[in-house]
Amino acid sequence: MGELNRATTSGRYLVWEYLVRCWRRYLVSSLAEAVGTPLLYLLALGVGLGALIDAGPDQQSLGGVSYLDYIAPALLVAAAIQVGVGESSYPAYSRFKWTRVFWGVTATPVTPAEACEGEAIFIATRMLAGSTLYYLVLLAFGAAGGPTGVLMIPIAVLTGIACAVWVLALGARMRSEGGAFNVLFRFVLVPMTLFSGSFFPITEIPPALRWLAWVSPLWHGNELARGAALGGLEFWPAVGHLAYLAALLAVGLVVARRCYRSRLVV
Amino acid sequence: MSGPGAGMPRPPPVTSSRCRWPGVASVGVTIWEGSGPKAQQGRPAPGTTEPAPAAPMIVARDLRKSFPVKSGPDVEAVRGIDLDVARGESFGFLGPNGAGKSSTMRMIACVSPRTGGELSILGLDPELDGVRIRGRLGVVPQQDNLDDELTVRENLIVYGRYFGISRAECRKRATELLDFAQLVEKADAKVETLSGGMKRRLTIARSLINSPELLLLDEPTTGLDPQARHVLWDRLFRLKHQGVTLVVTTHYMDEAEQLCDRLVVMDGGRIVAQGSPAQLIAEHSSREVVELRFRPGEQEGAIDAVSSLVDRIEALPDRLLLYTDDGDVTLADAHALGLRPATTLVRRSTLEDVFLRLTGRSLID
Repeated sequence: MGELNRATTSGRYLVWEYLVRCWRRYLVSSLAEAVGTPLLYLLALGVGLGALIDAGPDQQSLGGVSYLDYIAPALLVAAAIQVGVGESSYPAYSRFKWTRVFWGVTATPVTPAEACEGEAIFIATRMLAGSTLYYLVLLAFGAAGGPTGVLMIPIAVLTGIACAVWVLALGARMRSEGGAFNVLFRFVLVPMTLFSGSFFPITEIPPALRWLAWVSPLWHGNELARGAALGGLEFWPAVGHLAYLAALLAVGLVVARRCYRSRLVV
Repeated sequence: MSGPGAGMPRPPPVTSSRCRWPGVASVGVTIWEGSGPKAQQGRPAPGTTEPAPAAPMIVARDLRKSFPVKSGPDVEAVRGIDLDVARGESFGFLGPNGAGKSSTMRMIACVSPRTGGELSILGLDPELDGVRIRGRLGVVPQQDNLDDELTVRENLIVYGRYFGISRAECRKRATELLDFAQLVEKADAKVETLSGGMKRRLTIARSLINSPELLLLDEPTTGLDPQARHVLWDRLFRLKHQGVTLVVTTHYMDEAEQLCDRLVVMDGGRIVAQGSPAQLIAEHSSREVVELRFRPGEQEGAIDAVSSLVDRIEALPDRLLLYTDDGDVTLADAHALGLRPATTLVRRSTLEDVFLRLTGRSLID
């Protein structure tokens, strides 16, 4: 296939601008959700369940911090992934399948790859807003860690977008009514949320299955976010976690761009 | 024909001044004032003399398109066609579904790489300059792809932005285009509340936001009711008369006759005939057609009888078509033979008859 499209500088920004304009329609509900969800989780798990756990016999199993402090960074990262995967599934897919908006977009000088990048940048923007609000709620609960805890925000955005680009790629390859997304939510997203060291350390997972946590982007995000909030993360492991997420994002973006192109240029 | 409105100091405009269409680049028509967006680069300014032989809008030689199929040989949608469309022309592709019209349109729109042959749009090669070409095209796709959640006006503004046009300029053009598309009252309504005809007009308005030099319309009125189609044709007719180059695909012969100076008839990925609608009818059909509709079961027996009357007959499932130079005479002859059809009709030949002649099939099944 010849090179049909040449990247221009601003196409991805224009697609981002369009998506932000659409976001304005549900901005209030999406921000309310970004504040409401952490409130519920922190009250139920951090305060409710945490009271039991903190009263237990072994105070050192979580590294000497309260259960609320332990799960708060993980909840923030998981929320970003939730937004990222949510936004890159049905809403993004509908622009191929139902509204067909992307066919209109790529009839202009905007290329499929730019549409893909614009979408990814928009999703990152949404996660940035959501994670910032989440951080503020954690601050209010006193569960945001030290000053470096603010780094949880970029860490969460990185983790979320590294997942989201793969979902964008999946959507660009799908033809069905979206059933694959439900499989993804149930059999990938939920297990990942539960077994990535969010609610308990992965040392509790049998060694034979621990690799499942190691490949999980959420585990890498959790380690980084917890390190930022609570300290105790060594330099090289931190670099390793960052490199894993960066590589996942970079490869995912290349794959997603290709999938967009082969969907839209036929 | 009444003159211009009483008290109008200006000379009578060709169309009413409200409908004068500023969004379209054409000779002798005002185009956008103010800061020129990048979409206008390389275009002669209004009032300047025509550049010496202008590059043809579309040139294709042995153009081909095939699609891979998982199990089996590739599907050849376009099997080697030649096209020459000049600036200012209204050009049509007529053919049934699956003839290769839309595949050809997508190649012209630079969103589908050709499989073989040569293609030049606005003097540029889509393989190398797709982005530049797309910046100068207007595209009305077969299926609307408007954003239902945004308002009518927002759809226009957002689309203009993709061409790199400034927000202020997009707003200004959107207002003018709303007028053209007769959607002023719907400007701030969500698109999902519009009728099919309104959506189609909005899609056409949207395709004009970058003042395109070449407007591609893929089945612009398919699925619309007759009244909506006539409104749309009127709008397209105005564009045509302002010198916009239109390329239309359709499987409606009346649409092709209304809009196209010249057209090609496509069937099975090939061009089977070309010319103006009148030329095609003169070459491939008779002046008039007599339609005879019989009661169920009686048509078979009538075929032999009428075949002595005229040189050419088409037997459709529901009626017989008799091709003749004088329909009234032929009908009288048929009655003289003792035929008693349930209904009869004498009419002029249309492109539908041309198509039947060329392919042995109807345009619309």
